[in-house]
Amino acid sequence: MGGITEMAVSLTHFLTVSAILLVLGVFGIFLNRKNVIVILMSVELILLAVNLNLVAFSGALGDLTGQVFTMFILTVAAAEAAIGLAIVVIYFRNRGTIEVEDISTLKG
Amino acid sequence: MNWTLALPELVLALCGLAILGVGVVQKCNAYYACSMAAIGAFLLTAVLVLGAAEGTGYGGLVVSDAFSRFSRVLILIGAAAGVTLSLDFNAKEGIDRFEFPVLLVFATLGMLIMVSANDLMSLYIGLELLSLSLYVVAAFNRDDERSAEAGLKYFVLGALASGLLLYGSSLVYGFAGTTNFDHIADTLSDPARATPGVIVGMVFVIVGLAFKVSAVPFHMWTPDVYEGAPTPVTAFFAAAPKVAAIALFARVLGGPFGDLAGQWQQVIVVISLLSMVLGAFAAIGQENIKRLMAYSSIGHVGYALVGLAAASEAGLRGLLIYMAIYLLMNLGAFAVLVSMRRQGRAVEKVSDLAGLAKTDLSMAVWMAIFMFSMAGIPPLAGFFGKMFVFKAAIDSGLWTLAIVGVLSSVVSAFYYLRIVKVMFFDESAGALDARPASSAFVMAASGLFTTLFFLYPAPLVAAAQAAVASILG
Repeated sequence: MGGITEMAVSLTHFLTVSAILLVLGVFGIFLNRKNVIVILMSVELILLAVNLNLVAFSGALGDLTGQVFTMFILTVAAAEAAIGLAIVVIYFRNRGTIEVEDISTLKG
Repeated sequence: MNWTLALPELVLALCGLAILGVGVVQKCNAYYACSMAAIGAFLLTAVLVLGAAEGTGYGGLVVSDAFSRFSRVLILIGAAAGVTLSLDFNAKEGIDRFEFPVLLVFATLGMLIMVSANDLMSLYIGLELLSLSLYVVAAFNRDDERSAEAGLKYFVLGALASGLLLYGSSLVYGFAGTTNFDHIADTLSDPARATPGVIVGMVFVIVGLAFKVSAVPFHMWTPDVYEGAPTPVTAFFAAAPKVAAIALFARVLGGPFGDLAGQWQQVIVVISLLSMVLGAFAAIGQENIKRLMAYSSIGHVGYALVGLAAASEAGLRGLLIYMAIYLLMNLGAFAVLVSMRRQGRAVEKVSDLAGLAKTDLSMAVWMAIFMFSMAGIPPLAGFFGKMFVFKAAIDSGLWTLAIVGVLSSVVSAFYYLRIVKVMFFDESAGALDARPASSAFVMAASGLFTTLFFLYPAPLVAAAQAAVASILG
């Protein structure tokens, strides 16, 4: 290894990255004024932040539960994305647009 | 491993798959047959729930106790009534596809798993099975712009809520070292182990659940989704899933996080206060009756959470009694909404009920009973629900909450009584079509319960008491 200083990646680093990903995902949903597809991507980002968290904890605790949980989340996320896209498709068929600003027939 | 503990869920899952199979191979429209089969499956499951043994199974993933039995029976009643109300409406709106009852069966299965979860993992799987089915049924009238928009809004905010709940679960797992409710409770009974990490995780879990029960400030999806979704779907949303999510709230905060009551109590007090006040004021100006019922349901969640905020045995008992009464009177009110149809077209304005007393007196009388009950006027059932939770709040010293609760129920009486006034004293807007037998049945059953509850409240109170003892004990 020579002169390269070893920098250990600790649990804190993982937690920081995943917290950043979570915040990015939440902001992606609330500040996004363009497109519904970006919202779907933000939802995936949130779920990946959670997965990273669980895997990091699982490694740190030496316990497999976290990784099993991650498998469940990955599976459900796939189903969720499929349903989300299906709903976006029927919305597009009715309105001919998926701009976020146009989704306001129902006042709220 | 005692797999019979999850027998009701297993049977319901198999019934759901069987109904789906029958619907797919059937050449003609199998909507009616599938709906009847779904109602039969709910009844069969309810019988199995009542006879279920108690204990923890599947490596601690599921628990069967008095609490899960109480909530599961309520959920199954709500689901069966939801399918019944959809029978006539869906046929007239041309959305009588067999997938509808199948989706409701899977949503109900999700709810059953949720309330008998004993682990963050089974909680998540149950919640997602419920949510994924509900996203689809919200957008079920796929050629209707409003239904598609309701589905889209519900999907985006529901997915966000699940994400936050999961993030909270991951922090709880990391800092408490386990996802099992019993082990979390053991860990947190040592105050030194209740680290900020666990508390932040718990707050995220509370936020996720508050989204699902549509408590203020996480309620913004509710009015839009309730208005846009087909009316029987709205009836279903307002009944069973609400009971399931509130029961889950009680189980999670009363069980694993029971020792952190000092931390979550203030959060629940604020959420409950805001929900009651918003529910009372925001509904006043609503012209669309489904939107009005959405705000009314936000208010009712606020009252139910008063019981949770009390963080006592009496409080949780009040919460369960409140939800049972809310479920039954709400189903009755929605049975009226589902039957609102003039010259074959569904109508949903408050003014469409004008002069109902002159054209269909019995429906007007039932609706008046539900409205009086929701406003909390004795001796109807709604009054007792409120009495139990407010009394528990006063016993726990939460005077502000009880006083704001009583004041906001006075304010909300305004819009409930306005509906009664419109039905009985306004000029008729023309007769509504004859109501279908299915809605009339739900209306009468729920109306009789609401009116006669005061004569014999003991069985419900005793069942709620046993349920609470099983999660706190």
